[in-house]
Amino acid sequence: MTGGLSVRAVIDARGIDVAFDAAAGEVVAVIGPNGAGKSSVLHVIAGLLRPDAGTVTVGEHRLTDVAAGLQVAVHNRRIGLLLQDPALFPHLTVAANVAFGPRARHHRRGMRAEAQRTAEHWLGEVGAADLADRRPAQLSGGQAQRVALARALAAEPDVLLLDEPLSGLDVAAASAMRRLLRGVLAAGGRSSVLVSHDLLDVVTLADRVAVIEGGRIVESGTVADVVTAPRTAFGARFAGVNLVSGRAGDDGGSVLAAGQTWRGSSGPGVTPGGAAIAVFAPAAVSVSRELPADDVNVVAVGVAELDHRGPVIRERAEAPDDGGGGLAADISAEIAAGLRLIPGEQVYFRVDPRDVAIRPA
Amino acid sequence: MNPGLPRWIYVPAALGALFVVLPLIAVAAKIDWSRFLDLISSESSVTALLLSLKTASASTVLCVVLGVPMALVLARSGSRVVRWTRPLILLPLVLPPVVGGIALLYAFGRLGLIGKYLDAAGVHIAFSTTAVVLAQTFVSLPFLVIALEGAARTAGSQYEAVAATLGARPTTVWRRVTLPMLAPGLVSGSVLAFARSLGEFGATLTFAGSRQGVTRTLPLEIYLQREADADAAVALSLVLVVVAAVVVLAMGGARFGRGPFEAEGRP
Repeated sequence: MTGGLSVRAVIDARGIDVAFDAAAGEVVAVIGPNGAGKSSVLHVIAGLLRPDAGTVTVGEHRLTDVAAGLQVAVHNRRIGLLLQDPALFPHLTVAANVAFGPRARHHRRGMRAEAQRTAEHWLGEVGAADLADRRPAQLSGGQAQRVALARALAAEPDVLLLDEPLSGLDVAAASAMRRLLRGVLAAGGRSSVLVSHDLLDVVTLADRVAVIEGGRIVESGTVADVVTAPRTAFGARFAGVNLVSGRAGDDGGSVLAAGQTWRGSSGPGVTPGGAAIAVFAPAAVSVSRELPADDVNVVAVGVAELDHRGPVIRERAEAPDDGGGGLAADISAEIAAGLRLIPGEQVYFRVDPRDVAIRPA
Repeated sequence: MNPGLPRWIYVPAALGALFVVLPLIAVAAKIDWSRFLDLISSESSVTALLLSLKTASASTVLCVVLGVPMALVLARSGSRVVRWTRPLILLPLVLPPVVGGIALLYAFGRLGLIGKYLDAAGVHIAFSTTAVVLAQTFVSLPFLVIALEGAARTAGSQYEAVAATLGARPTTVWRRVTLPMLAPGLVSGSVLAFARSLGEFGATLTFAGSRQGVTRTLPLEIYLQREADADAAVALSLVLVVVAAVVVLAMGGARFGRGPFEAEGRP
């Protein structure tokens, strides 16, 4: 249908300079901490924000080219936008909301019936055909977001931008919406860009991930790569694993970071003395009050917070001064009860070197 | 029920309400009901009332035509010039109307800044019915702009952004999204502007004078009658009170009687 999306956006005031592509039919997830510039990048693609430098290209069509002074107007870009807030027009019925795009595109009188048919088709696609005559105020959050998706798709966009489309919904509605998105994003060969905070959204909907931090793309790859082998602190925290970055030891089987040596199994490409990371799962961490006899991969940490996920208690340690996130340990409720941990206390984390993967940074 | 409100607060609240309502009752009590119809249907009274309704309607239309774009620019534009202009535009809200009238006189009067060129071109504004409409618009415009600007800010620009991504060109967005969403604010804003125009006195007297049938609106007529025939003044005052009450009730009906978007027909 189209040739895919290609973006480079520089926004000086926000310190943003990013570039990425999304092939036709591909879903690229953009993740990163709050304020990293994810939404601004979507606004540049949609044409709502003019970058200080950069280009936006969809297939053969150049939509933004700052150097050439080109900025195609928002309404001529064929780029759909689905926000956290469904933003349905409150004065129009559901059917009229969905018909808005088709009607705006061909405003000749004879096309009105066709716009109506297109609206019905897309309402059917999202399973909201029975809501056609309702007002947006009479819809639940999940219903409203489904209608907003139908409205976006009915305008036949070449690219669909999704800015946290599920984060306003409760668990059941988000799950139904995720299933729906999975179906429509794969179909039709259009490129999509998804901004999300949720690991589940990314692993179910996206093909590739780009991590934006401080206005730059610090990591990108397939979802499987980023989730199983993150290279940045944010990517690791997002994937729910621990990541320590430092320099590789002389034997290549260790990472020195902030005075601590982390031993593990070395991956390909680790050069002694070069930048390296040590990655390990929270479940691989054991927690004790006394200094373990075996002092390999033992670190003293302060308890920052405790949280439960199913039968597991996750303990997050206080963040070190170097700015990285705190380490996490998953321990059973039994062990947690025995330790009686309170935030602020000092404990020892220990990881078996066999559970630590060392990779070049 | 509000559990947090101290009981004594009802005393000043009641005093305040009484202060507002009592003079209205006093007007009603003072009226010579046997002559009421004669008093309000005298030729000069009817002329003044019709002139008031005509000029207030005209100035309300002018307020809507100029005020809607002003309010949207104020609500949506982030430009520094717009931010600095805002207090200037809203100045007539706090300006004494007489001062407004003098300002208008030195702008559009025969010897005014623009008036002298208009005069040379054969357009005489001061002391005409046009001057009445301009004076009323000058004092009413900020009321409409403020009411609408608030509504526009609450509605937010994301609806407009989404409409544009759906392929609607700016004029279509304005017609099918911006205006319908502002409709409730527009109704209350124009009602406020109409009421303010209807009661306008100071700027009108200064800039337009008091010529019967041309510039003497109902408030001016009441003021003049107060010297000649106090009973007539009181009767006419009641007419203005009733008109104002109808306006306020109409606004209340538009605002609270139904949800803001219930009245829109399916397009």
